[in-house]
Amino acid sequence: MALVYQRTQGLLDVPFHYCPGCTHGIVHKLVAEVLVELGLLDSTVGVSPVGCTYNNYEYFACDMQQAAHGRAPAVATGIKRVLPDATVFTYQGDGDLAAIGTAEIVHAAARGEKITTIFVNNAIYGMTSGQMAPTTLLGQVTTTSPFGRDAATQGYPINVCEMLATLRGAVYVERVSVTSIKGIRAAKKAIRKAFLVQKKGLGFSLVEVLSTCPTNWGKSPVESLQWVDSAMTAQYPLGVFRGADLEVET
Amino acid sequence: MPRVEFREDRCKGCSLCISVCPKKIILLREDVLNCKGFHPAGVDEMDKCIGCAFCAVICPDSVIEVEK
Ligand SMILES: Cc1ncc(C[n+]2csc(CCOP(=O)(O)OP(=O)(O)O)c2C)c(N)n1
Ligand code: SF4
Ligand code: SF4
Ligand code: SF4
Repeated sequence: MALVYQRTQGLLDVPFHYCPGCTHGIVHKLVAEVLVELGLLDSTVGVSPVGCTYNNYEYFACDMQQAAHGRAPAVATGIKRVLPDATVFTYQGDGDLAAIGTAEIVHAAARGEKITTIFVNNAIYGMTSGQMAPTTLLGQVTTTSPFGRDAATQGYPINVCEMLATLRGAVYVERVSVTSIKGIRAAKKAIRKAFLVQKKGLGFSLVEVLSTCPTNWGKSPVESLQWVDSAMTAQYPLGVFRGADLEVET
Repeated sequence: MPRVEFREDRCKGCSLCISVCPKKIILLREDVLNCKGFHPAGVDEMDKCIGCAFCAVICPDSVIEVEK
């Protein structure tokens, strides 16, 4: 008998504080597994956001730095320029990255900073109890759009991958989901590719992961996965937006 | 024979593992409360497990280890 699945060494042996079934936990596992498999863990510095994952510096078994809300790409830029051999990533929610931190992510991508961003889009502000985010779907009910998001007064969702893919410095941009075993495997492959792009010094890489917030969506964890597939992927199609033909495995 | 091991004190009873198990052998132990106050997941009919590790791959809280 051999172990075919065990807890990754890329995470410290402490329980997550996330709600039951929240897919932030799956994304953490994938990032940690990839860093271990690529042998990068000891030379990695991650940057924690503001949001439900604000204290994931207590979870990843690599060096971590906390940033002010939305400023993770600016902090990561500084770290990478001082430590060019380090692997530097940001882990950011959609409130952090696509609202208060829009300027920072756009300019980090435009400058082609050699960092990797893991962008976890759950279409809502999770930590602060479910307010509308720039990524909230049209018609989606949140605490600040109680009748559903209405484009007339609240505008349209921001498709971050499509927007950043217009920038030359953003060399690898892909959107994935973690709603099935197949999807989780594809997400891991994308995260691996993003870190390899950085390792080869090719430029800025970002993987957007469609994620759940069962607590603030008012759905069970399993229903939440189904809602990602049925509703979120209609607004946010999965796919590679930049760098489909980049060959990084050799 | 494959084996799955649940670290019960870490389980949050979210049922994601149940939703992906091809053999439908995972259940929440309604008669058990763990230290977090959740009914933890477990398997009674271990002989039916095929060791696919789908349950472990999707578990957000790294509760499950699989041997094959
Ligand atoms: C400068 C500042 N403004 C506002 C807040 C309040 N705040 C905390 S987390 C958050 C949004 C989090 O949403 P998201 O980034 O989507 O992460 P999630 O919690 O959903 O994972 C906001 C607005 C803050 N902490 N600091
Ligand atoms: S509030 Fe939402 S995003 Fe935050 S831990 Fe709970 S389910 Fe996850
Ligand atoms: S390893 Fe596969 S068959 Fe066994 S309990 Fe997990 S999901 Fe079910
Ligand atoms: S997926 Fe993990 S946390 Fe959720 S019920 Fe199964 S073992 Fe428990």
